[in-house]
Amino acid sequence: MPMRSGTAILAVLAILLPLPFVVQSDFWMNLAILSLYYGFLGQAWNLLGGYGGQFSFGHAAFFGTGAYATAVMQVRLGLNPWLGFVLAATLAGAVGALIGGLSFRYRLRGSYFALVTLAFAEVFRILANTFEITGAGTGLLVPLKQTPANFQFAQKSGFYLVIWALTACGFAVAWWIEHSRFGARLVAVRENEDAARALGVDALRVKLAAITLSAALTGLAGAFYVQYFLYIDPTIAYGPSVSVTALLVPIVGGLGNALGPLLGAVALQLLDQVARAAMGDAPGLNLVLYGVVLVAMLMFLPNGLFGIARSSALRLFRVTA
Amino acid sequence: MILEVRDVSRSFGGLKAVAKVSFALAEGSITALIGPNGAGKTTLFALISGFLRPDAGMILFDGRNITGEEPHRISALGVARTFQIVQPFARLTVRENIAIGAHLRISGRQEALARAAEIAERVGLGGRLDQPAGTLTVAARKRLELARALATGPRLLLLDEVMGGLNPREVEEIVPIIRGIRDGGVTILLIEHVMQAVMTLAQHSFVLNDGLLIAEGPPAAVIADPRVVEAYLGTGAAQRFGRETARA
Repeated sequence: MPMRSGTAILAVLAILLPLPFVVQSDFWMNLAILSLYYGFLGQAWNLLGGYGGQFSFGHAAFFGTGAYATAVMQVRLGLNPWLGFVLAATLAGAVGALIGGLSFRYRLRGSYFALVTLAFAEVFRILANTFEITGAGTGLLVPLKQTPANFQFAQKSGFYLVIWALTACGFAVAWWIEHSRFGARLVAVRENEDAARALGVDALRVKLAAITLSAALTGLAGAFYVQYFLYIDPTIAYGPSVSVTALLVPIVGGLGNALGPLLGAVALQLLDQVARAAMGDAPGLNLVLYGVVLVAMLMFLPNGLFGIARSSALRLFRVTA
Repeated sequence: MILEVRDVSRSFGGLKAVAKVSFALAEGSITALIGPNGAGKTTLFALISGFLRPDAGMILFDGRNITGEEPHRISALGVARTFQIVQPFARLTVRENIAIGAHLRISGRQEALARAAEIAERVGLGGRLDQPAGTLTVAARKRLELARALATGPRLLLLDEVMGGLNPREVEEIVPIIRGIRDGGVTILLIEHVMQAVMTLAQHSFVLNDGLLIAEGPPAAVIADPRVVEAYLGTGAAQRFGRETARA
């Protein structure tokens, strides 16, 4: 159903675009921004993990590199954060190529690949904690100066439009993966690497391209984070929390399809809010509820939320037809 | 000679899987590689297609040294292989599976998918284009292996037991398909245990036993060779077998 996935993507984007003109509350705007942001982060992971089957446990390495690239540039060099965006993608992509080059050349797969990526993220975290240029343990505070030219917005709608554009960009890449030779080869490598190689697929090159692309997009997510929260420290940038979120979002939503990550991000955001509201008086208990629902989802929905959405849609069609 | 294998050896630990094997294939021929289980036939295929590196020896494809090249490079040069244990892209459809092979020479997605449909038709999978490969029967999976390899546009096709596990009727269906591929100008080397197919398809055959090439010739002559009979049935078998046929 290649045609339909394109239509669905355009429909979702069209519905999302006017949201800031409809929603006035800052609370809901914040929720919408975070949903798109997590969706974008998940989409970046999905390119490598979902379509390519290479489960990274260390996407924080790319996220943190993008975040620090833009933060360090602004704070230390006084450069424009929009330029930082470009730099974030470039540097994160380079880190992706490096990690991918090392692990794929030595044929690391499955849990070995996951562990190596995790180790890299940890190394970066320790480095960021050590050196002065990153602000070491105290982190970096980006000075407040709310002008669009400075990539800071007084209104949440400004950030919303930026993350909407990034979401569209993530969708475009996913759509391209689903409709190109490169994407077909990436999926083939996921399904059966030896068979793909026998059919002329340069598995190493395909995986390298995928991790570089995935890392560059993850770096953009990091840069967006810095502009939105105006603060970054080693634990936020390179800690396991980002890595886990990046993989949880597409797994909950549905791996290897364009709309899965956004669906997963919205669901996780809502779940998080509900858990907080339900357990408001006992700090930490909301995480327990969050965890329990998550485990249940992973147990009973092997294809993620997108899986049930699709099967119920099919059932509906069959009933009406 | 489209393929030349010269003194190729490969060991696994102390086991000599392939020992100083040499042979050559004429362009446009169908040749069978036979021998008992564990003789080294599949290892030889892996060596030719680049999945394994030989410890010694040289492999030439169309006069070009391809020894130790990566599988995707060898595939791009025009050597395609199938796997004895079928390796479908299980969650992709038949059409998508074959398109991966077609993409070797065709960059456009629509063109590759269209080419895949043509090839599927040719191997008798035309009615199953949109079925996930994981749900195919054994016979259909074998055809899919063949179709994917064919889609890469090879000059040399290495078929590893594409008839294994098929019933006689299915074998009868696939024999003309393979002959048709050869008539299209593709040289074929096949590993096969189904002797009915070997006899009808191959003009020439090689026999491998314990990693050594022990006999070669037309299939009918080769299977009467005492060394070949012994390789399959054990030492002295040829003699006993000969006595019994003489008495009968």
